[in-house]
Amino acid sequence: MNWLQKLMNPRIRTDSGNGNGKSKVPEGVWEKCKGCGAVVYRPELERQLMVCPKCGHHHAIAARTRLQALLDEGTCAELFADLEPTDPLKFKDSKKYRDRIVAAQKATGEKDALIVMRGLLKSRPLMAASFEFRYMGGSMGSVVGEKFTRAAERALAERIPFVCFTATGGARMQEGLFSLMQMAKTSAALGRLRAAGVPYISVLTHPTTGGVSASFAMLGDLNIGEPKALIGFAGPRVIEQTVRETLPEGFQRSEFLLEHGALDMIVDRREMRDKLADVLALLTRSERVA
Amino acid sequence: MNANFLDFEQPIAELDAKIEELRHASHGQAFDIDEEVARLRGKLKTKTAEIFKNLTPWQVCQISRHPMRPYTLDYIGVMCEEFHELAGDRAYADDGAIVGGLGRINGRSVMIIGHQKARDTKGKIRRNFGMPRPEGYRKALRLMKLAERFNLPLLTLIDTMGAYPGVGAEERGQSEAIARNLLEMAELKVPIVCTVIGEGGSGGALAIGVGDRINMLQYSTYSVITPEGCASILWKSAEKAKIAAEALQMTAQQLMELGLIDKILREPLGGAHRNPHSTGIRLKTMLLNQLDELEALPTQDLLEKRYQRLRSFGAYSGH
Repeated sequence: MNWLQKLMNPRIRTDSGNGNGKSKVPEGVWEKCKGCGAVVYRPELERQLMVCPKCGHHHAIAARTRLQALLDEGTCAELFADLEPTDPLKFKDSKKYRDRIVAAQKATGEKDALIVMRGLLKSRPLMAASFEFRYMGGSMGSVVGEKFTRAAERALAERIPFVCFTATGGARMQEGLFSLMQMAKTSAALGRLRAAGVPYISVLTHPTTGGVSASFAMLGDLNIGEPKALIGFAGPRVIEQTVRETLPEGFQRSEFLLEHGALDMIVDRREMRDKLADVLALLTRSERVA
Repeated sequence: MNANFLDFEQPIAELDAKIEELRHASHGQAFDIDEEVARLRGKLKTKTAEIFKNLTPWQVCQISRHPMRPYTLDYIGVMCEEFHELAGDRAYADDGAIVGGLGRINGRSVMIIGHQKARDTKGKIRRNFGMPRPEGYRKALRLMKLAERFNLPLLTLIDTMGAYPGVGAEERGQSEAIARNLLEMAELKVPIVCTVIGEGGSGGALAIGVGDRINMLQYSTYSVITPEGCASILWKSAEKAKIAAEALQMTAQQLMELGLIDKILREPLGGAHRNPHSTGIRLKTMLLNQLDELEALPTQDLLEKRYQRLRSFGAYSGH
């Protein structure tokens, strides 16, 4: 890199690069930031929880990685890990649903799109769930709904707070009305938490749309967004087709939702652990833990 | 072609027209044509039965959206001795895509909430084609809470393609409005009976569809996504809606077999639109019977049963 390129901001630098720069990046060691285009050392990106150290862009993060980063080291215990999807409708489009399940399981190493762990957050018990977006777009079928509901019920039984990180396109079409009914089931379970005064915090990450957004993602005692996450009921393409105009910049992003009153706050992923610990301590009238 | 008849209903339309023609002709002329009319009526019945015996899921889907299909206010008109519509969410607006109000059925006080479509252009715009915005769901929630406060059972009638996907709807929190209704309906302390009368379109339908009994009219549908939407995502072409309609298993019969609904209300020969009155009467009888069952339960049992019913939805393996 010459002195002139060093002076330019990262985006320009990439755009005006010498063209074959991409092929010079060894696979897996360097990562190009999806926000600013800067080339970031992969271990550094991981240390920053997949947030670009240059521009703060939040990249997708694996469900397991997120939960392990949230909970105190060595305290995570996965729950309901043996639940697996079936194919109640024998659904087939261009591919069979069964084949899609197998492919998604192979690609992610997960049985379905929601991971639940119980552990400690700064020494206090916490139930935590996180979506694996790479598993069929984080879509919610019976397993996701069931695991979420069980997590809520277990949190209620133990009277420990529950936090869920969403990253999902919505209900899973391949399970038809079973998927839709998960919206009602999960929301009903949250009603019981609410009645018992057990805190539930929803962290909405990129993207959170459709049936998940229209059920438990929006039902947090606190709704927290990650920066610039796409959050909405209908996807932007559907809205564009309906209203037949281009949507304004920033529409349906966290900042837009905050402005319109749907979120309590936007929190950087690198500060999420501290923030969650602090607000949960306040909600449960406990001492603050540094 | 008669626009008020679907493609596959055209033979019915032709016979219908012929009968009408003969009846008019008989006014002017002396000779008796009763016999011929009776013969044609018989033929009409056989033909209709034949067509409706083997409807494909896509055809059922079309009937559920039939332009002549009775809507919420039509059924309210048949079922209620009196009905007083209540408007507004007390926060932003009155949404015409959802109607609700106090009604009296066989002397009993009830709260009724339903999606509302329209047949003429002006009405369609006022009703937004039956696609509610957040204020519609919030009006519905306000009426549900009102019902709870005065211990009135809640009847909901579901008939929407889905919640409206628009800029304003997103700004005002479409997701939150739907989500909140799901939670609140699960714990509303009065009996809730939900009936899909036409289209049960996804979250927009479910937002007034959580209850103690879920019924479907024989030719109604209930689905996680419209067949068109599903086709355009999974088949990359909205033209594959016919195939998607089959794959989604969205008819009353299929959903009954999957254990996802409680009861199917049979429609008159040729569909509810061939006889809205008799459909309304049947609906009324079914709803009253179900209310009798539910009102006999103590509130705690009612709510526990409702929760366990919701809890049971799902198809998975493992412990």
